[in-house]
Amino acid sequence: MNPIISATQLSKHYPGVIAVDGIDLSIPQGICFGLLGPNGAGKTTTIEMLEGIHLPTSGTVMYKGELLGTRYREEVGIQFQHTALQEFLTVRETLELFERLYHHTLPIPELIALCSLGDILNRDTRKLSGGQRQRLLLALALINDPELIFLDEPTTGLDPQARRNFWDLVKLVKSRNKTIVLTTHYMEEAYALCDEIAIMDKGRIVSQGTPAQLLSDHFGDVVLQVPRVDAGSRIFALGLNVADAGDMLEVSTSRLHQTLQQLMENGVNLDRLRIRAWTLEDLFINVTGKSLKS
Amino acid sequence: MKKFLAVLHARNMEFLRDRSALVWNLAMPFMLVTGLAFTFSGGNKEIYKIGVVGGIEKLGSVAPELQSTLHIKFVPYDELNVAINKVKHHQLDMLVDASGEPKYWVNSSSPNGYLLERIVWGTEGQRFQRQAVEGAEIRYVDWFLPGILGMNMMFSCLFGVGFVIVRYRKNGFLKRLKATPLGAFHFLFAQLISRLLLIMVITTIVYAGCNVFIEFNMQGSYWVLLLVATLGAMCMISIGLLIAARTASEEFAGGILNAVTWPMMLLSGAWFSLEGTHAWVEQLAKIFPLTHMIDATRAIMSEGATLAQVMPQISVLSGMSVVFLALGAYVFKWE
Repeated sequence: MNPIISATQLSKHYPGVIAVDGIDLSIPQGICFGLLGPNGAGKTTTIEMLEGIHLPTSGTVMYKGELLGTRYREEVGIQFQHTALQEFLTVRETLELFERLYHHTLPIPELIALCSLGDILNRDTRKLSGGQRQRLLLALALINDPELIFLDEPTTGLDPQARRNFWDLVKLVKSRNKTIVLTTHYMEEAYALCDEIAIMDKGRIVSQGTPAQLLSDHFGDVVLQVPRVDAGSRIFALGLNVADAGDMLEVSTSRLHQTLQQLMENGVNLDRLRIRAWTLEDLFINVTGKSLKS
Repeated sequence: MKKFLAVLHARNMEFLRDRSALVWNLAMPFMLVTGLAFTFSGGNKEIYKIGVVGGIEKLGSVAPELQSTLHIKFVPYDELNVAINKVKHHQLDMLVDASGEPKYWVNSSSPNGYLLERIVWGTEGQRFQRQAVEGAEIRYVDWFLPGILGMNMMFSCLFGVGFVIVRYRKNGFLKRLKATPLGAFHFLFAQLISRLLLIMVITTIVYAGCNVFIEFNMQGSYWVLLLVATLGAMCMISIGLLIAARTASEEFAGGILNAVTWPMMLLSGAWFSLEGTHAWVEQLAKIFPLTHMIDATRAIMSEGATLAQVMPQISVLSGMSVVFLALGAYVFKWE
């Protein structure tokens, strides 16, 4: 499938800092693409070069096979991480303001219904809650009926309920065959929404693929969690892949049955055994050496 | 106390580390004090003002005693009619022609003119030919009105536009607009027209409202007055746009705006006439759009100047507007 947007050897240098170091990206139409990375990894710089907000130091960005130009401004939708709106305008007036900036737009009633803005149309935008504000900002990103939408950490600062409501909204947008490029700090968000992810660190992409593919490439199938006091020191002598996780020891294995038998035969108490799948959080720590929250 | 000191320290560091704002805060009062000291130095103790046509350098041979009399300011004029008009409106106490036969003009209803006439007789005898001029004094309020309205327009145009754009840039609204197909020129032009409409409506209301009670002297055409005021406002809005074209610091923008408005306020003739000050001050004043706007407005209101007569000021204001707006659009940055 032809990519809707692609980047070749994209770099951004500031005095003394290489923010983005020659990355290649190709994003197919109709998917949700997640860009993850610790703070300072270069995510926002990368996404802002893809958005055409900042020019790269070197490298190119192509939209539908063409260099970014005025057509791109008409056809792309962007929700920035930090955005202010014109003050003293209501939600409806703000929508109308942005509607007039584009040639082709979605009908405002459709947008209001899509983003559930009906109850707050006449409210001053300064008086919106975090979730309401994010819904409005998404509506503004969708106002020109874009094929490609950038969402830069759209749920940061939202409570869990508002975050999940926003996920439902993003899934609804995606179901309209839109391409979404999402950056987020929340691994469960990336797992819930993204078809493909790229993990960035120090200005480079260190891992890329579908979440399931990346997890299977980097880890065994499951993790066995055994309390440290139940495992004793014997567990380290069994030749298993054991990791320290505080009060728990974690055994990574792709041969569940055999590993359990080996533990029982060597007197490891499995009464409080827990089994879990590997997560994107594990993957993130594995490839960057950092916790997302750090 | 601990909390107070913590906040105090944080704010002080913020201020000190914003170098651009710091420099302006230091430089601005220094420039102001120095500029005013130079402008108004020289022991300005003149009591009477006499206009001189035909070359002020000839006054020494025509009326040597008069010229050496203390506390009289002599102001040169090129055009006789202009100078006679000033006598008519009590803006000059007397006019002397130094080119040919000794002659002076004085307004019969001017107390200063009456006293000066006696000084001329006392110093130069009766050899000067007297020319009487009739005309009512221009009230101070009529003279002052263009300056007051002009200054109000200046502050509204410069600060109202400059600060707003800097705030838009600082809070990320401009970045959001950059992500749309909106071009810089359209954005800036919309800001210009919005402020222009606002300031013209406000100024018209203020003028019309005050006119009910004060009955301003209006000799010329309201349409020409409107044209001059509109061009003056456009020019000052364009300066505001230029100042705000790149900066993201409100304090820095405030410094530059002050650096522009204070000299304009003091040297554009809004508060007092610059006639008789240093020649370089009069030349310097011509770089300010407010000077041209106030000059043209006074000429229209007090002397009934026509469109053709204020065309030089209109040309300057139009030219400045185009240059500042084009420059602002060229250097404008969304972020």
